[in-house]
Amino acid sequence: MIRLQNLAKVYKTRHGAINAVTDVDLTIERGEIFGIIGYSGAGKSTLIRLLNMLETPTSGSIQIDGVEMTTLKPKELRGVRKNVSMVFQHFNLLWSRTVEENIAFPLELAGYPKAKRAERVAELVQLVGLDGREKNYPSQLSGGQKQRVGIARALASNPDVLLCDEATSALDPKTTDSILDLLVDINQKLGLTIVLITHEMHVIQKICHRVAVMEGGKIVEQGPVLQVFRHPEQPITREFVKQLTTPNENELTFSHLRERYPTGRIVQLTFVGTSAESPILAEVMKDADVLFNIIGGSVSQTQDGAIGTLFVQLIGEADKADHSIAKLRENGVEVEVDER
Amino acid sequence: MKWFENIDWVQMWEATQETLYMTGIAGLFTFVFGLILGLLLYATNEELLFKNRTAYSVLSFFTNIFRAIPFIILLILLFPVTKIITGSIIGSEAALPALIVGAAPFYARMVELGLREVDKGVIEAAESMGATKLQIILKVLIPEALPAIVSGITVTLVALVGYTAMAGVVGGGGLGNLAYLEGFQRSQNDVTVMATILVLVIVFVIQFIGDILVRSIDKR
Repeated sequence: MIRLQNLAKVYKTRHGAINAVTDVDLTIERGEIFGIIGYSGAGKSTLIRLLNMLETPTSGSIQIDGVEMTTLKPKELRGVRKNVSMVFQHFNLLWSRTVEENIAFPLELAGYPKAKRAERVAELVQLVGLDGREKNYPSQLSGGQKQRVGIARALASNPDVLLCDEATSALDPKTTDSILDLLVDINQKLGLTIVLITHEMHVIQKICHRVAVMEGGKIVEQGPVLQVFRHPEQPITREFVKQLTTPNENELTFSHLRERYPTGRIVQLTFVGTSAESPILAEVMKDADVLFNIIGGSVSQTQDGAIGTLFVQLIGEADKADHSIAKLRENGVEVEVDER
Repeated sequence: MKWFENIDWVQMWEATQETLYMTGIAGLFTFVFGLILGLLLYATNEELLFKNRTAYSVLSFFTNIFRAIPFIILLILLFPVTKIITGSIIGSEAALPALIVGAAPFYARMVELGLREVDKGVIEAAESMGATKLQIILKVLIPEALPAIVSGITVTLVALVGYTAMAGVVGGGGLGNLAYLEGFQRSQNDVTVMATILVLVIVFVIQFIGDILVRSIDKR
């Protein structure tokens, strides 16, 4: 669906050239939710803006649905843009227009007749859950509602691709989740390809099928979300994954736990995919005759299954503990043992 | 002593009409030319539209010149032009070219400022939806900057009322002229006071209408 090859963007400033995006190769499949994560300044914002040519690349190729974007004439580009919509961090609504007028805006640009516009707007208002708000102005809406308008507006022209530029970063956690649910909903209902950028691992975990990690203008790691969670290769990826798997980072470290639980052996178990949903722990405990004392942990749901981390104190004979660890590994649980 | 004994009310009413006429016609042209000039200033200085440093510099230079020339001097400088356009250099009509040339650049700068206040993100959003540059101007920039455009014309109209008072030099008439000739030079203070009151009323009415309009269109 989307194919980037050797994509690069260099900004020339008074203080020299800045390589915002370097050597990016990426393929995004039709119908998937693809997340790009990175800290600010990593180049992810430039990258997503290259996708609809809001930024012109310095070199490389961008293909969307087989169309090479970089060589389009302005008129052709305007046509393609109706197929690649964008949702913004700060919503970018027209304050002078009501909710329905904002949603109708792209249709108006495309020259839809008035009756058809009204019909489509009514559908979209339903879809994003803004019934009863049609006549409000943006200033009368909450942040989450504004973003719903932004999403409805982006969907108005029936695009194949939706680009989300930090679409939830200006929202509180609860509103973020409701907007993410909406994105999953439209991805499933409309079969839309969604590309989103974010600095929050939570967003990736909750809705993305695949993820790319950006650092210094480059994509340093990419793959299915669960796989990247299971085997993060780059240090930066590990940092992002850690944001999720250890909610109370200060308390849940081996050195800290060692003092509080002087007996037994402390292990960190990471469950990925379906294993988080089956009672492996109980089975192994019964089988190996050791006691598991659960110290702490967390479970997060992703699009392809759950991922969980548990800190457990193993109480029992050494060989039995070893046996249970082996058993856990057999069942696809990652086990990290505190060697004291 | 009777109040306002020296006032010729017919004359006063005529002068008021002349002031309103000059302000109204000059205001109309100022609005059109100022809006266009303001849009050009903005568009030639904006990456997303028609950025052109040379064009902007030229426009900006002339805007500044005509804004800087004192109105009374502009009036005299423009005599030849006035003669060609209106066929005369005296009367209310003869004041119009100078009023417009003096006020339009002033208004254009306010329009430019108002347009610059429009959120870049919104323009970019329109661009991302495939809007043409003309659509961006007509459907985004002007509606979003409308409160500034309206409050700008209000301020400009008030300034124009002041300019018309100076138009007496070309026999343009109006309340300023009346206050000067009948009031000051003939030491009839009541005429001056009455003319001043009428000017104030005109200014207040303009400001009042402008404020109401701005409040009704500003949904921020």
